[in-house]
Amino acid sequence: MASLIHCPHCGVRPKEEFSIRGDASLVRPDPEASDEAWNDYVHIRSNPRGRYREHWQHVAGCRRWLVVERDTFTHEVFSVTDAAAATVAREAGR
Amino acid sequence: MRYSAFSIVKNALTGNVNWKPAWRQPEPKPYYDVIIVGGGGHGLATAYYLAKEFGLKNIAVLEKGYLGSGNVGRNTTIVRSNYMLPGNEPFYEFSMKLWEGMEQDLNYNAMLSQRGIINLYHNDGQRDAYIRRGNAMWMEGVPAELLDRAALKKMLPFLNFDHARFPIMGGLLQKRGGTARHDAVAWGYARAADRLGVDLIQNCEVTGIRRDNGVVTGVETSRGFIGCGKLGLAAAGNTSRVGEMADLKLPIESHVLQAFVTEGLKPAINHVITYGAGHFYISQSDKGGLVFGAEIDGYNSYAQRGNLATVEHVMEEGVTMIPGLSRVRVLRSWSGVMDMSMDGSPIISHTPIDNLYLNCGWCYGGFKATPASGWCFAHLIAKNETHPVARFLRLDRFERGYPIDEHGAGPQPNLH
Repeated sequence: MASLIHCPHCGVRPKEEFSIRGDASLVRPDPEASDEAWNDYVHIRSNPRGRYREHWQHVAGCRRWLVVERDTFTHEVFSVTDAAAATVAREAGR
Repeated sequence: MRYSAFSIVKNALTGNVNWKPAWRQPEPKPYYDVIIVGGGGHGLATAYYLAKEFGLKNIAVLEKGYLGSGNVGRNTTIVRSNYMLPGNEPFYEFSMKLWEGMEQDLNYNAMLSQRGIINLYHNDGQRDAYIRRGNAMWMEGVPAELLDRAALKKMLPFLNFDHARFPIMGGLLQKRGGTARHDAVAWGYARAADRLGVDLIQNCEVTGIRRDNGVVTGVETSRGFIGCGKLGLAAAGNTSRVGEMADLKLPIESHVLQAFVTEGLKPAINHVITYGAGHFYISQSDKGGLVFGAEIDGYNSYAQRGNLATVEHVMEEGVTMIPGLSRVRVLRSWSGVMDMSMDGSPIISHTPIDNLYLNCGWCYGGFKATPASGWCFAHLIAKNETHPVARFLRLDRFERGYPIDEHGAGPQPNLH
């Protein structure tokens, strides 16, 4: 894992300041969505070997939720964006 | 050649030049009745029991590297059956019983050492939780013993009993728990399976799963296409990648777990001890090194290497539990890729494809399960029906709402 993460709000910080939640590609289904949609969201993971988007929280900094795109094999970090900005971008792309 | 004290003496007296390789190096045949993907402990045990207990012939194990190159050679060698939930405990006790007869069965010295495993507790709530767990074990016929502080002080005088924040108040002991030589388990199963005619094909990576009319007809590999009647996946940390070849949607994340060994010491730690205030566990190998580990690093990873922050955390936990550890030097550390399931419990199951079977989700508890996992997976493949002790370990338990969550952590693999 990269030792330093470039937080869009706080600058370059050691990665120990961040807490990792998991897969950021999942979109929470509508409350009335089918059981299958909820099962996919809660339990099913693509678990790729390679590029992966992950939710991180900068708990020892700005406490913002971030989306970190990184490689699960080489541990290279490609980008760090604010999770709210990432959501706006995703919804604009729909 | 059958291994025995006699064979050791005889070969020693004849210059040790007559030992034969423990298994063949066969070329893959065009077709097998059963192919197992993954030549680790679970895959090799499955092939062995398929041949031995269920009478199947024409079986192959495909391994992308060398036999036992994955987690079976990377774990901290602990065997135990001190689980609480009814979906788990009978399965792990079945495994424990198989461990107890395994060396004779395989004609291989796996160095099983039932030295006892002790889970420490540090407060009243934790003591009550361990009493509950011990009672759950007794209900499945598995002896467990609660040790108070005085008993523990006598057995393990080196522990940090009076730590200000996490004083040690006692522990739960399973006397039959202990350790086994992990590589020997892989080698023993490999040799025994090979002697029953199983083809163990190394350096053979599966790159695709060929299907026709919704059933598996064979696998594409780095050594060409190999046809099969039934396919079993035992690919551990790479389960999601192999599963994807058959369009399986799996409740698995791959995480990295580190382990450590120190320089060799005189006998100092005679049990397996786990810390109740963290996830630290330690035992001493027969060679003298202290073998220990703790939590997974906490992020998805397919790399067999971990992070320094976790190394520091593990060392801190170890020194908090046993202050004397601070004067021991660590010799090596290594990592393995864990197939973490969404409830922390394993999967031995049918899949939506009729002749495709799945064995995964071992999290960081796969080693102790090796014999039972092999037996139950072989039962499932041979008879097309679930073994009674593995009946809760189904893939569809997640969508049906029946997770087996020992820790109560929810569907968050980095918390199990």
